[in-house]
Amino acid sequence: MQWELNTDKPVYLQLVEQIQAEIISGNYKPGDKLPSVRDLATEATVNPNTMQRAMAELERDGLVYTNRTTGRFITSDEELIKQLKEKYITTIIQEFLDRMMQLGLELNEIIAYVNKVSENNIK
Amino acid sequence: MSVILDCKSLTKKFGSTTALSDLSLSLERGRIIGLLGPNGSGKTTLIKIINGLLVPNEGSITIAGMEPGVESKKIISFLPERTYLPEWMKISDAISFFKDFYEDFEEKRAYDMLHRLNLDPAKRLKTLSKGTKEKVQLILVMSRRADLYCLDEPIGGVDPAARDYILNTIITNYDENATVILSTHLIADIENVLDEVIFIKEGRLVLHAPVDEIREKEGKSIDSLFREVFKC
Repeated sequence: MQWELNTDKPVYLQLVEQIQAEIISGNYKPGDKLPSVRDLATEATVNPNTMQRAMAELERDGLVYTNRTTGRFITSDEELIKQLKEKYITTIIQEFLDRMMQLGLELNEIIAYVNKVSENNIK
Repeated sequence: MSVILDCKSLTKKFGSTTALSDLSLSLERGRIIGLLGPNGSGKTTLIKIINGLLVPNEGSITIAGMEPGVESKKIISFLPERTYLPEWMKISDAISFFKDFYEDFEEKRAYDMLHRLNLDPAKRLKTLSKGTKEKVQLILVMSRRADLYCLDEPIGGVDPAARDYILNTIITNYDENATVILSTHLIADIENVLDEVIFIKEGRLVLHAPVDEIREKEGKSIDSLFREVFKC
């Protein structure tokens, strides 16, 4: 997987967000086994301790779990993934709306623009 | 967590110049730590004291509880700023040399890494470019199973692609009981692999903190913070 890290946010949080995005988009499927912390850390060129911390965070939220003998897996709880997805979508749309409103647009204008742009995309 | 390096009020003077001034520091095992500071701030002096190449005027230092000496050198793997291997050696000679010197040297790891970087062990050191020589040195140093790795400017002379490989070499070769100290100016390139940073300025400790804590608190990268603290 492609990791993109910027520099002004804690690294572990960015790792958490990117793994969440992989889960939401279905690149990681429920019940999939994750590579080892060390392999993931190498892939992302981050410190293994940081990757470990990201995993601990994801585990705390129940998105991944560890089986002592077989490794670490994505949760099979599809309801949880659905909730995460909804939260994610809400956040992105909220950010978008905030920016549009800063430009002085009303909600109905924004929706009209969205429709217009998406029609162009379909064409 | 056990302490691998403990410095108490280290002071080192060269004539009338004070290179380190009352520096106290305690480092734990299992960390990758950036030793950062502008030119002439005392980074190399500190690394040399850790390695027993300089003796402090005041203060004390212990590595895994030992004072610098023969026993401490057995557990420290040191990459100096400048290369010290004779030019006539082949890469394979340098490997044998390290094998004779250090009980904890693992020949196979060295050859594996050479292979991955497409370096021919039969080449003589004098035929290698500066960057390639640096890679060979780093491979030698990281092929030891040491408790403390001291890397003085390990990525200065190599291209960005090789930098990533070198950082990965560091990440994959240290184990959870070992600590890596690395000094560099190229902060942006390495800050994602660091657990902690140490800022030193004019021989004094300015900051010693976990990287993610700094980013969380300051909302900026280590690189930006460095530029702020050491603004000229």
